[in-house]
Amino acid sequence: MTKLSAAYFALLKHWQTLTGYKYFWPVFLIAGLAFCAAASASEFLDLYLQLILIYVGINIILTVSLNLINGYMGEFSVGHAGFMAVGAYVASLLTVHVFPPGAVNILFPLAILAGGVGAALIGFLVAIPSFKTRGDYLAIVTLAFCMIVKSVLENIDAVGGPRGLLGMEKLTTLPWVFFWTVLSVWVIRNLVYSNFGRGVLSIREDEIASDLMSVNTRQVKIIAFVVSSFFAGIAGGLFAHALQFINPRMFDILKSTDILIMVYLGGIASISGSIIGAVIYTILLEILRPLGIWRMVLMPLMLVLLMIYRPRGIMGLREARLFIPLRDLVTEKLWRQKKKEAPDASA
Amino acid sequence: MPLLEIFRLTHRFAGLCAVSDFNFSIEPHELVGVIGPNGAGKTTVFNLITGVYKASEGSIKLNDRELVGLTPHQITRSGIARTFQNIRIFKELSVLDNVRIAHYGQIAYTPAEALLHIGRFRAEEKRITNLSLDLLAIFKLDDSANEKAKNLPYGLQRRLEIARALATRPALLLLDEPAAGMNPNEIIQLMEFIRWIRQTFSVTIILIEHQMRLVMGICERLVVLDFGATIAAGLPSEIQKNPKVMEAYLGVEVAS
Amino acid sequence: MTEQRKTFNHSMVYVFQQALNALQLGSIYALIALGYTMVYGILTMINFAHGDLFMIGAFFCFLIAFYLKLSFVPTLLLSMLGVACLGVIIERLAYKPLRKAPRVSAIITALGVGLFLENFTLALSPYPKHIPPLLENTTWTVGSLSLSSLQIIVIVLSLVLMLILDFIVQRTKAGMAMRAISWDKTIVPLMGVPVNKIISLTFAIGTGLGGAAGMMYALAYPVIDPYMGIMVGWKAFISAVVGGIGNIRGAMIGGFILGAVEIMVAAFFPSTYRDFVAFTLLLILLIVRPYGILGKPQPQKV
Repeated sequence: MTKLSAAYFALLKHWQTLTGYKYFWPVFLIAGLAFCAAASASEFLDLYLQLILIYVGINIILTVSLNLINGYMGEFSVGHAGFMAVGAYVASLLTVHVFPPGAVNILFPLAILAGGVGAALIGFLVAIPSFKTRGDYLAIVTLAFCMIVKSVLENIDAVGGPRGLLGMEKLTTLPWVFFWTVLSVWVIRNLVYSNFGRGVLSIREDEIASDLMSVNTRQVKIIAFVVSSFFAGIAGGLFAHALQFINPRMFDILKSTDILIMVYLGGIASISGSIIGAVIYTILLEILRPLGIWRMVLMPLMLVLLMIYRPRGIMGLREARLFIPLRDLVTEKLWRQKKKEAPDASA
Repeated sequence: MPLLEIFRLTHRFAGLCAVSDFNFSIEPHELVGVIGPNGAGKTTVFNLITGVYKASEGSIKLNDRELVGLTPHQITRSGIARTFQNIRIFKELSVLDNVRIAHYGQIAYTPAEALLHIGRFRAEEKRITNLSLDLLAIFKLDDSANEKAKNLPYGLQRRLEIARALATRPALLLLDEPAAGMNPNEIIQLMEFIRWIRQTFSVTIILIEHQMRLVMGICERLVVLDFGATIAAGLPSEIQKNPKVMEAYLGVEVAS
Repeated sequence: MTEQRKTFNHSMVYVFQQALNALQLGSIYALIALGYTMVYGILTMINFAHGDLFMIGAFFCFLIAFYLKLSFVPTLLLSMLGVACLGVIIERLAYKPLRKAPRVSAIITALGVGLFLENFTLALSPYPKHIPPLLENTTWTVGSLSLSSLQIIVIVLSLVLMLILDFIVQRTKAGMAMRAISWDKTIVPLMGVPVNKIISLTFAIGTGLGGAAGMMYALAYPVIDPYMGIMVGWKAFISAVVGGIGNIRGAMIGGFILGAVEIMVAAFFPSTYRDFVAFTLLLILLIVRPYGILGKPQPQKV
């Protein structure tokens, strides 16, 4: 073992206590959950504000999961709303028609999970054309998929056809949204900082070189699409039970565009960026509501200006330290220290 | 027994024969150079060996295992790694990540373990990170471990590409024009470096090169390609005097 | 005439009628697809605002016909000119600063511009609007076949515009420069080709054709609303991809294929299946020929 790895272990041991990071996440999780539970139980937050927070959470899930494909893998999927639709319909059908009415409350997480699994299965199917097709052509495949989902839903009378589906109870509460949001962010962060995630990144950088460096690109693409669509499905289920009404037109290309805007606003290949993008976009839309239709004129204008002056979005290709796992932070810390000691070492 | 054995390898692009009837074998621990004029099919041979192109005909055997038909990552895992003529490192990723990715075939955790950070995940990540840091230290790249790869100077990018290739633990290393863009002084250093790699990592090396000084200096054996076919093979000293080779390079009738 | 013969004639008439419908829809798709493909060829950028420029074309047509009460030809020319100017302005203001930025930023900007155009038009006045009839629509009856003059005009005019475009691209100096830039983006500027001018010209022609398509669409289906460009735009984009994006003749072929497929599906299935079948066919085509009909696969350089 070299000196470097010895020093690495020594630092790893003490790093947590040396920085405040050790306490941030536990405190944040407990406080957040407590806040959400209190808000939904005692209604000290009015229902309108609660609903906005619920949308913020759902949009975070959608944005972070789409960023996996569009940011980390560097593809351009425009079909995210399609996965969301699958999740929304599967979960709603379960709670409305399958589960016994008395137990719907308890079985709700199961319905959401089933929505995610349903969407993940479809995501698996979409991953297959991505083996051969890339770039603009893959974008068309995802677009076509989104249109097909919408069209199929419109033609099945059992799910309400174009009129849609209603009768869902308002099961999406703030604590549940908090839980699923944290879970999706955590899982996607875990994936990104594993060797599979590095595989995803290497496909964006250079697919052939990545394959030649022993990365099983097909496996990586399947993982990325399945995970991404799974969480889109989760978001869809939550969305359906927040609004208590869904129809196929809600999940058309405009919805996908919304998610795309949040991803690129926040910045590609950045979890913190996606969270920032989703929060800013959702809240700004609410704040500007008094402007009426002119807010929909203003928002795209701001997006265009942002793209011109900051083409990579707010956090493009950068990550807030809070989301970087400890061991990666430590190697970075070590490197900075060495650099300080011998500034011309690398020259 | 030869490490790599290529038998009657042929490859056509839309009717054009890029490689025709190419035979080759290399013993463990040899260092063989492949030379030839531009467009002679040298890089195509590398692409065929590593599975980027699928051979039209013929067989490629590594330790008696057929490689034709396998995907590039399967071939890499069976023990062949390569570098590229134009550097193809992952530019936006850190130097450390470039090397960690190349361990993809060696990780022992499943996707589920990675997603939930359970089971073997932590131990394996630690192991891979340490292996990578050690490798970078050997290549004197550890100071730039967290630098983006695109920020490295050209020479270090070349070095990183070789380090990344070695991280896949190859038995056979294919170097595609490692001296491209180097001055004579650097080429001498590179010669030492390649010899040293062969010793330290006990790999067999095939080298594509234009720089005669380099090839003549370190290769034990040479194969000369022109128009996709072998026109000469043998010791560097023999090749130097071979009239056919001169003709291929200079394009004039030198043979008497 | 025997009974059998009659039904045969009847079905022939039906087929011919549907073919005309397909040509009409297809020529509109093709005109819009040309704009996508030309911009893609020269900038490798998908101008997702193009569908909304098509809508603006219909909107201009409405403004000119309603307020200025001009006749058909000046309306057409003014709409085309207006949309072309708008296209060039958008390129200069929004896309030009992003030429060196990541490709995706330009795409997102285009989506933003598209949303802006939609919502701005929506904010201006209430919708939907009805276009006043610019042309006397006469219907000729040949046997049991009915031909509407409008349909003929749409088809003929589109074909004429496409022929003019083909001439410009293949035979003129500017067209040669366009082809050269789409062939190689690094060398051509060094040869003294005024790249910015050529790009502006490409945008002007491409969006102008989109504007013409908007006007024709508005004549054929005389109700306009700000969101009409979304679906038509995406379908035209699909036409461009089916033909092989970046390839001008491919875009024309793709447009007619998509038009034919949609009309055929609508003839045999309930109309709600139209999108489903069209997109499924697209998926199958892309799996069989991932680079479109006339597109060429990018060689993998290693």
